[in-house]
Amino acid sequence: MNKINVNMIVNGEVVSILVEPNARLLDTLRDNLELTGTKEGCGVGECGACTVIVDGEAVNSCMILAASMEGKVIETIEGLGGDNGELHILQEKFIEHSALQCGFCTPGLVMSAKAFLDVNDKPTREEIKTAISGNLCRCTGYSQIVDAIEDAAKDYYVYDVCRVKK
Amino acid sequence: MVKKHGRRVDVLAKITGKAQYTNDMSFPHMLYASTVRCPNPHAKIISIEREQAEQYPGVVMVITADNIPGIPSQYKQKPILVPEVVRYEGEGVALVVAKSKVIAAEAAKLVKVIYDELPAVTSAEAALGKNAQKIYDDGNLLCKYKAGKGNVEEGFKKADHIFEKEYRTQRVDHTPLETEAAIAVPTTEGMTVYAPTNDAYKARLLIAETLGLRENQVRFITPAIGGSFGAKNYDAGVIGARSALAAMLTGKPVKMVFTREESMIEGTKRHPYICKYKVGVTKAGRITAMEIDLIGDGGAYLSKSHPVATRTLIEASGPYNIDNVKSKVTLAFTNNTYSDAMRGFGSPQVDFASEVLLDEIACELGFDPLEFKKMNHIKENDISGVGQVMTDVSLGKCVAEAEKASNWKERKAELASERNKGGSKVKGIGFALIHRGEAFGAAGQGIDTAEVQLLVNNDGGITILSSMADVGMGGHTMMVNVIMETLGVKRERVVMAPVDTSYVPNSGPSSATRGTMVIGNAARLAAEEVKDKLAAIAADVLGVLKEELVFKNEQIYSPGKADEHVNYQDMINEIFARGQTPSGRGWYTVSGLDWDRANGFGEAYLSYAYGAAVTEVEVDLETGQVSVDKFIAVHDVGHAFDKSEVIGQINGGVSMAVGMALFEDVDSKIGHIKNTNFDKYLIPTSLDMPEMNSIVVEVPTKTGPFGARGLGEPTACTAAPAIINAIYDATGIRIRELPANLETMMEELKNSRNKTDLN
Ligand code: FES
Ligand code: FES
Repeated sequence: MNKINVNMIVNGEVVSILVEPNARLLDTLRDNLELTGTKEGCGVGECGACTVIVDGEAVNSCMILAASMEGKVIETIEGLGGDNGELHILQEKFIEHSALQCGFCTPGLVMSAKAFLDVNDKPTREEIKTAISGNLCRCTGYSQIVDAIEDAAKDYYVYDVCRVKK
Repeated sequence: MVKKHGRRVDVLAKITGKAQYTNDMSFPHMLYASTVRCPNPHAKIISIEREQAEQYPGVVMVITADNIPGIPSQYKQKPILVPEVVRYEGEGVALVVAKSKVIAAEAAKLVKVIYDELPAVTSAEAALGKNAQKIYDDGNLLCKYKAGKGNVEEGFKKADHIFEKEYRTQRVDHTPLETEAAIAVPTTEGMTVYAPTNDAYKARLLIAETLGLRENQVRFITPAIGGSFGAKNYDAGVIGARSALAAMLTGKPVKMVFTREESMIEGTKRHPYICKYKVGVTKAGRITAMEIDLIGDGGAYLSKSHPVATRTLIEASGPYNIDNVKSKVTLAFTNNTYSDAMRGFGSPQVDFASEVLLDEIACELGFDPLEFKKMNHIKENDISGVGQVMTDVSLGKCVAEAEKASNWKERKAELASERNKGGSKVKGIGFALIHRGEAFGAAGQGIDTAEVQLLVNNDGGITILSSMADVGMGGHTMMVNVIMETLGVKRERVVMAPVDTSYVPNSGPSSATRGTMVIGNAARLAAEEVKDKLAAIAADVLGVLKEELVFKNEQIYSPGKADEHVNYQDMINEIFARGQTPSGRGWYTVSGLDWDRANGFGEAYLSYAYGAAVTEVEVDLETGQVSVDKFIAVHDVGHAFDKSEVIGQINGGVSMAVGMALFEDVDSKIGHIKNTNFDKYLIPTSLDMPEMNSIVVEVPTKTGPFGARGLGEPTACTAAPAIINAIYDATGIRIRELPANLETMMEELKNSRNKTDLN
């Protein structure tokens, strides 16, 4: 099969890459771009471990073809936080509230929460629960994750997601 | 600058996506292996045709049991690849090694295996029946144990009421979010294997046996672990050994990662149980006798069924003061996925049964269930169901906290009057109480040991060497805390060495909630050794007795002369200057328990953990939907090293038990699993979880480090019975077989409507 050339912005950097027509975005991120923070928990769009943000929306990268990403802006867990290593407020709050245990669901959850808070400044607990209901976590029982997101919402400001680093 | 948090030792790597889980790693020239699985639950292998797969472009090798240089398994343990007889559907019979994971998976479909199908036995009752198809030459009995005290016949005579009830629990999958994975890398010395596991030394043993190597020729390294709950014990050894076998035969690094479907089909499960009870109770509500018959489904292989069976036997009479108890447990081999420990290690099964049972009895005799349990539960120095004198009992405190936080009496009355108003949704409240033996206990004496070493450097930095797996429960953080509290040093000084069997000593598995008690104690003893060495010098310098010294805030002093002190770093410098080493080693073993194994009587565990729960549920009478509105979980942890982490453990355990209560059920009636991914095997989401009120009680034990009790597993024990009892309070429907899913609830609601129509 002929490979397809895709141009996309990943975590602020322009990426031009040849992909198999049937390659999943998840594998392209993990195997070709070495962004292994995004995880696979089910491969069928049910667990949210593979959540990344595409053009501002949280999506399951196991259900998306890399070939369809032409011109898209993609954010993964590796792109959060600032240039000099400081954490994104969601990451800070996840740590503060003990919102992660094994951590396997964490990148996906943080990305779902980010996409949600980027457009909702004063969410209720119920809205938060709904926003992350596609992200399974087997360890925490979700309570402290909801606490962390609720707390992050208080000081939240929308980071400049589309900035292109040199 | 990265902000420092006094939290878990591994969080920064995890929150930034930098933590390396096994599947995140790769090596030059790495190959991929895929497993060929049997589609029948019971079959004899006639032949395996590999040619077609071998010729598929990109395939490097096809491997079967014949290629194993060592042994495929110990007797009645699950083989790495099946040599002759497949005992459950989904077992591996061959491996395909290829240049990519896609090619390996595609080519695996081309391996043709001819089977002679055998009749399958897929329930414990059927397996124990007279003319059942034999799964092993000597039959299907996996184990049988009995326990008890007093004389139940006499006890029943003293009773005014006799109750006979039966409860059933289902097959549950652990579903850690990370599936089984392994990478094996051949080395000049032997083999290095990376895989997530609860028990690195055990997994290494399995790999060495498969490859025919000495244990120390295999180096087992545990990267970050994406959850286990018991799933990554024997299963981790299996996938580790498969990848190691492929790596040995091809001479290249080999990666294997199970898809969720593979994990569901081949991975271990929680033992399904049938629990039969006969109970005698007086008019005044005292339990005079309890007779228990437990039957468990061990699946096709042994695994840890023996210690699980023993635990269920010991704990089946609940945390109650009963003079006469007689219990027995029988586990059967069946043609189902093999059962193994799962968060709770048998306790959730019998806690469900005994806690619903006592609720039923209370309701039938007109007692308030919480009051009834209060009246009967074990108090300090009472005798357990197997004859153990119980000490450090905090049940009273746990009940009191739960009662207070829930406002039990008032809420129960309020909900009852709300129900009287009618409506399509009804609410109810339920209670459960548990005790749980810590670590492996009497049944595991001799294997319940741990070694921990502390490497102390010139700058006073301390590295903890231990094979303890941090499966997500914060075990490493617990150890760091034990060291800090024992030596009075700053957190920054202490780091955990990576789990690598070539360097770290064997601390045993992270299972049965033994981490805090057994491994924590070994860590404490190692720190005590360091402390002792420093104290000898400090006592010298300060002119006081070494026993008087206190280690706190990096200072060492005698409380009598607090203004005269030396500091930790100076003592480290001094010890090195004298040509000695401050490093230390700790060894802890659970021993000295007086347990009569044949009769199941005596000291079953060194210590116990206690907990209580109150929950409120809402049942939709039209759809059968049960939603858990509130959950109050009270757990005595003895000593909380970090409250927020403790609460995380409680919430997580409760969520697992909510799944067990309401949805999770591996659908495998005929030995064929139908729900193999999260679209059909439902686990709780954020919308299924109630608002949690987790309450931490701290009544120290004499055995745990700083009085701490283990916590991981007790948290998964109260929710199922509490929810089922709340459903009864709401609807009058008594669920005796888990889960109370939509179908069950609809069916029961229909039955109860029919009953009312008849009346
Ligand atoms: S891996 Fe994509 S949703 Fe589970
Ligand atoms: S922290 Fe383990 S799955 Fe969420």
